[in-house]
Amino acid sequence: MSTTPKTQANLLQSLNQALHDAMEDDPAVIVFGEDIADPEGGGIVKLTHGLSTKFGARVRSTPISEMAFVGAAVGAAVAGFKPVVEIMLMNFTAVCMDQITNHAAKLRFMSGGQTHVPMVIRTMTGSGMQNGGQHSDFLEAWFCHTPGIKVVMPSNPVDGYGLLRSAIDDPDPVLFVEHLPSYWLPGAAPERGSRIPIGKARVHRQGCDVTVIGYSRAMHDIAPVAEKLAADGIACEVIDLRTVSPLDMDTVLTSVKKTGRAVVVHEAVKSFGVGAEVSSRIHEALFRELKAPVERVASADSPVPYAPPLEAAFLYRPADIETAIRKTLA
Amino acid sequence: MHANEADGKTLVAIYRKMALIKHSDDRVIDAMKAGRMQMPYYSARGQECIPAAISVLLDDADYLVTIYRGVHDMLAKGLPAKLLWAELAGKATGSCKGKGGPMHLTYPSKGCMVTTGIVGASLPIACGLALAAQLRGETRVTIANFGDGASNIGAFHESLNLASVWKLPVVFVCQNNRYAEHTSYAKGTSCERIADRAAAYAMPGVRVDGNDPRAVYRVAQTAIARARAGEGPTLIEAMTFRFNGHLIGDMGEYIPKADYAAALAADPYPRFRQQLLDDRHASAAELDAIDAAVREEIDDAEAFAMSSPPPDAREVTRDVYAHDIA
Repeated sequence: MSTTPKTQANLLQSLNQALHDAMEDDPAVIVFGEDIADPEGGGIVKLTHGLSTKFGARVRSTPISEMAFVGAAVGAAVAGFKPVVEIMLMNFTAVCMDQITNHAAKLRFMSGGQTHVPMVIRTMTGSGMQNGGQHSDFLEAWFCHTPGIKVVMPSNPVDGYGLLRSAIDDPDPVLFVEHLPSYWLPGAAPERGSRIPIGKARVHRQGCDVTVIGYSRAMHDIAPVAEKLAADGIACEVIDLRTVSPLDMDTVLTSVKKTGRAVVVHEAVKSFGVGAEVSSRIHEALFRELKAPVERVASADSPVPYAPPLEAAFLYRPADIETAIRKTLA
Repeated sequence: MHANEADGKTLVAIYRKMALIKHSDDRVIDAMKAGRMQMPYYSARGQECIPAAISVLLDDADYLVTIYRGVHDMLAKGLPAKLLWAELAGKATGSCKGKGGPMHLTYPSKGCMVTTGIVGASLPIACGLALAAQLRGETRVTIANFGDGASNIGAFHESLNLASVWKLPVVFVCQNNRYAEHTSYAKGTSCERIADRAAAYAMPGVRVDGNDPRAVYRVAQTAIARARAGEGPTLIEAMTFRFNGHLIGDMGEYIPKADYAAALAADPYPRFRQQLLDDRHASAAELDAIDAAVREEIDDAEAFAMSSPPPDAREVTRDVYAHDIA
């Protein structure tokens, strides 16, 4: 790791830096997952590169046994460590769902507060790389539906660093979802030791006509649409949720109170998703103040396909965001 | 006498733990039948030798993970009877404030770290507790309890493999009571002995008569010493039988009558008592005094549970996270 402060970094670098700094600052932080140690390449995208060389036994490559190593993270967390485990791809959470939802999320409650599980599960996902139906899904709604676990989904390197540091500090389990195709996008470099609070959204762009709410990859699609519409005299207020559970409804409702209109955007399939929850909460709180029903922009309710034209048909198009915004203004 | 043979004093200590488990269990069932208590209760009566003999080899610092049929494991490890009973009764004074119940008993100050209601889930968590001890350079050992049914679920195999690869200080204790819920061992398990599965994970596997405290002590002593020495995990398969079916109310129609009768006739509790008398480790008066003291402890525990207040409804908002939910 370079010690010279950089002004530019991508998400991959900022998350690597966050893990490195957390391990340096706190001996309770341990890291494990498949292929994550340096002899195995330092992770499939080299996100954990350098950690095992520097921190030795605190960083381990595991067998391909998500149930065992996620359960082991639960046990180590109960014993006072702060494990950060990597479930390589988000779809693989399905094979260790029991340890995540029945144990990590519930032990604090079921033990009456005698134990708690300060662990982070990092995982990557996203369509657009022809990875097909079992390597691409955004499954955050599964976990948002489970009390006891927090779900964090950064969209840029600065937030990625600060949120990962906060997730590692957090006394409760955090699922940290990374958008794989944006790992290499350049952005501003994070400051060492910075923290972004979990459960706090960020107003990315101010505007008075319509509130556009997203997180993770959707932020990359929303920003140019908002830019384009500004030229047409439509002022979008863009909110990056950053944490999807717990939702920062204060920030969302403050904005929608001002604009009277809202559009929610995510890559995950539309039905029963985060967009439905955000939309519902806006309607519950602000029904009489809304100028139009809340719109959702999301992917088709199908598995992620393989062929590029199908993959494109699965995902919303940026034009869909514009259409939804214009619909709320019609 | 070999180092792994229990001496007379230890055997009497094992008897006391067995008495505590048996009398507590008898009383719970009595309370349920009389309508004083109501719960999904997975009695471990018949299996009390196993944790009684293992726990005399453990310190408070050693970790224990068990399953829904785990009251015996928790009592043997040191969960106070009063806190157990208040938890079973769903009271605010229970070990988990009435939020866990019989399937989630927890008491970390005695090393009672996790009780799970999910078959097989105790093993991965035990690996993590053992990893914590290993990383800290401690001699602390972790005991992972589970049943014969759990040896057919993926978590068992993943955990034995991981524990072996990482040489974790864990002892896997399979309490083989011959039935996975209502399905017999032979109908659900491909091999004759679960202990044989250890060979696939390059660790010692030993089958023992789980109703013989001396035999359990012997194999547990070896396994625990191996774990403490950093030599890695062991799989113990302790053969036993559950006297009261899967759940209270299960009449055991799926168990051949003669088998059931033979198992009940071989009740390990009176048998061990007779052995202690025969070997002159204790007098009848001494053992009677132990039973009387334990019954009194259960009287106190039940009275404490019954007189304790229920949890405040606001507890639903607490302990979901470190902060309260709205």
